[in-house]
Amino acid sequence: MALLEVNDLHTYYGKIHALKGISLTVEEGEIVTLIGANGAGKTTTLRTISGLIKPHQGNILLEGEDTLKYAAHDLVFKGIAMVPEGRGIFSKMSVLENLEMGAYSRTDKNGIQKDLEWVFELLPRLRERQKQVAGTLSGGEQQMLATARALMTKPRILLMDEPSMGLAPVLVEAIFDTIEKVNKEGTTILLVEQNATMALSIANRGYVLQTGQIVLTDTATNLQKNEMVQKAYLGIE
Amino acid sequence: MLKRYFQNISWVDVFLRVFQIAALIVITIGIYNTVTTGRYTSAQWATLVFAGLAQGSVYALIALGYTLVYGILLMINFAHGEVYMAGAFTGVFLAQYLSNIGFLDSNPFLGVTALILLAGTVSTLIAVLLERIAYRPLRGAPRLVPLITAIGASFALQYTFRGLYGAEFRAYPAVKALSGLVNVFGFNVPLVQLVVLAAAVVFMVALYLFVERTKMGKAMRAVSEDKDVARLMGIDIDKVIVTTFAIGGALAGVAGVFNGLFRPQGVYFFMGFFPGLKAFTAAVLGGIGNLPGAMIGGLLLGVFESLFPNLILEGLGIPSANQLRDAFAFTMLVLILIFRPQGIFGERLAEKKA
Ligand SMILES: Nc1ncnc2c1ncn2[C@@H]1O[C@H](COP(=O)(O)OP(=O)(O)O)[C@@H](O)[C@H]1O
Ligand SMILES: [Mg+2]
Repeated sequence: MALLEVNDLHTYYGKIHALKGISLTVEEGEIVTLIGANGAGKTTTLRTISGLIKPHQGNILLEGEDTLKYAAHDLVFKGIAMVPEGRGIFSKMSVLENLEMGAYSRTDKNGIQKDLEWVFELLPRLRERQKQVAGTLSGGEQQMLATARALMTKPRILLMDEPSMGLAPVLVEAIFDTIEKVNKEGTTILLVEQNATMALSIANRGYVLQTGQIVLTDTATNLQKNEMVQKAYLGIE
Repeated sequence: MLKRYFQNISWVDVFLRVFQIAALIVITIGIYNTVTTGRYTSAQWATLVFAGLAQGSVYALIALGYTLVYGILLMINFAHGEVYMAGAFTGVFLAQYLSNIGFLDSNPFLGVTALILLAGTVSTLIAVLLERIAYRPLRGAPRLVPLITAIGASFALQYTFRGLYGAEFRAYPAVKALSGLVNVFGFNVPLVQLVVLAAAVVFMVALYLFVERTKMGKAMRAVSEDKDVARLMGIDIDKVIVTTFAIGGALAGVAGVFNGLFRPQGVYFFMGFFPGLKAFTAAVLGGIGNLPGAMIGGLLLGVFESLFPNLILEGLGIPSANQLRDAFAFTMLVLILIFRPQGIFGERLAEKKA
């Protein structure tokens, strides 16, 4: 059974039909990427999976269990975490308080402490800056914080919405390294990216999204070789 | 460079600047005249300051409710004055009963604590009901809609109390243990004013620590920054919003009891209107959404309206200036909104905390 299974998802904003029947699966331990142009519906897909928006049709199964009956804040407890587009850090709170918010739904004090150590080891900059107000961090550090905060929820699957957005190339490398490391340590990842080159370089499989529909899906290696993908998303003529 | 600067200022800016300078000149002249004529002794000034601080404590406690709710929902709960009234009104019955059986004199501390608990509970319940019935269904509606509901809810509450208990005033009984005078820096100050000030400060510090240190307090700050992301952290935002209303309500109820303790006028169904507006002024003065701002704004407003009519207006030759206290307070609201809408602390202080 797939860890996450999405079937025929339709999501509307008022009358705007943003998702027109999305189906996808993510197996335990995978990195799956969702690529597509601006406005294709990538963010909407993730927001629907995380419960922030209710779809009009379709279903979402987490290890076979229907997630639509849960409110967004209960899905965190079930193991779905999301790093939102634009990072969404709590800019007036300290770095440490942001991480504590990640652990909000947990009660295992020792586990929380251990995971805090873990994210500090993964992203040592955050340890140095834990007392600092999060709004004063650089863009790259804020992305690290948003990722670490999502990891503090102890997710089974981590949804990431354009983690590379607005970052300098060196930082993009660093973020993707972190994603790979997190995945190796056991977290399944569904990664949305406009930077398709980077995303396909670390993913196992990928889906290509166009105007609310999946138009192509394959292994990452095959997608890298696909002519349409090369033209539209990898900048290769 | 200079030319560009001049092109960017409109006639409204010029008018406002001139108005600002003129106001400052008038205030300075007023204060100068009053002080140089020596109309009042320093003991009289001290009396005004301490009375202002006690009244300001009440404003501050109510103002916290406005600011808490605004911080989280970007909404002004204009029925908050009635939340205060409901607590104060209910408290008066228990106060009269406790006074009649002599408990308030034999056990003043327990007696006042009981009043605070009852009034706090009633106001909390009213605030929570308001949220559930009047505001929650309208979340996401245009901002004008909850404002209109708030006005409707205000009237509903006022006329419920009027219908149940009539339109007359009911006085809080004097608490003997609080009725003396205390010497502060050589001035005689009514004990009750000091007690109210001290108790209010305790409540405010407790609230501040709650918001800064506890898990729920942090969740409140998270929700005030970004509701969707707060949900992604597993925070049930409805719970946080209700808690916010409850805390604001409790503080308003407490304020109602404090008001009864030092103001002999008593309670009646319309008593929440002016203190509500003034506490709102205080919250705006401190920078709405900012907790320390509401506390300091409340105390400042209390002192200003107590002191400034005599200090400024009498110096300008305006007779019986202390009758103009309310006019003064609301003029201040208008002036703040024009000249410094972000209040004393604005946003910057809020960003610096933590
Ligand atoms: N809050 C919203 N209200 C109305 N339309 C929206 C909203 N958010 C997104 N959309 C529309 O839904 C479509 C998909 O958007 P989105 O999921 O943000 O795309 P992507 O993340 O791939 O750039 C777009 O046409 C966008 O204009
Ligand atoms: Mg997007």
